[in-house]
Amino acid sequence: MMWLFLASECLFFGGLIAGYLLYRGRSVTGPYPKDVYDIPFTSVSSFILIISSVCMVLALAAIQRGDERGMRVWLFATAALGITFLSGQAYEFTEFYREGLTMKTNLFGTTFFLLTGFHGAHVTVGVLILMSLFVMSLRGRITQEKSLNVELAGLYWHFVDVVWIVIFTLVYLIQQ
Amino acid sequence: MTLAEYRRTEDHAGHETDAGGRPHPGPAEYLRIGLALAVITSIEVGIYYLDISERLLIACLLVLSAIKFSLVVAWFMHLRFDNRLFTVMMVGGLTLAFVLFMVVLAALHAGLT
Repeated sequence: MMWLFLASECLFFGGLIAGYLLYRGRSVTGPYPKDVYDIPFTSVSSFILIISSVCMVLALAAIQRGDERGMRVWLFATAALGITFLSGQAYEFTEFYREGLTMKTNLFGTTFFLLTGFHGAHVTVGVLILMSLFVMSLRGRITQEKSLNVELAGLYWHFVDVVWIVIFTLVYLIQQ
Repeated sequence: MTLAEYRRTEDHAGHETDAGGRPHPGPAEYLRIGLALAVITSIEVGIYYLDISERLLIACLLVLSAIKFSLVVAWFMHLRFDNRLFTVMMVGGLTLAFVLFMVVLAALHAGLT
């Protein structure tokens, strides 16, 4: 079921990314991508999400060998990095707004905020799932036998990471 | 085989395996993959600042992005080690997304949007 859900999510983000690409370069008023993008800042956000994926997979490896404390440490680190990424996105959106870019400004603003906003919403859901797992683990409800819960959360988190890999390249690095 | 059934096939050292008995990687291998992802991201950012032709830039960035995508899906999401049915589902979703893109692109060029 999880893989079917992820397949449907591929279609969902595929539609949003297609929308962004198809309307790229068609804005008739600024600001344009080159006016607002801060590539060094977004690169740091990308590193943060990659490190969070490593932490997530280490959490899974820990619970699969029965190390509940190790799993909690890595789950907490993953959630903390996810919150850091979201904070960076909130800062980026605020800066764009100050520079005059909103969803209503032009086609770039509409498609950019729609795509990255939905990705941010998915990261938020992921952080909530991770925090739920952390609390459940503190109550002794996540054991080696129930490591499937961590694996499913991990699949979702890594999917969010791969979507960002695509967004970082197609939206930020390949500009027009 | 369902995911629940697959989960019951545990290998030695606590690493999960699929029905074919392929163990999942250990923490050291995950760290190596993470390091590779960080290095590739650094190269991507470095290439972005190089003064090269746009076509070459786009080609390099797409190849590097595809490598990162594959590494995460194959190792972190365990598609390299799990039942092929999961790979089919993932590739199916990606294919449908690509088809959707091409249909919208065609509609845009035909002036239907």
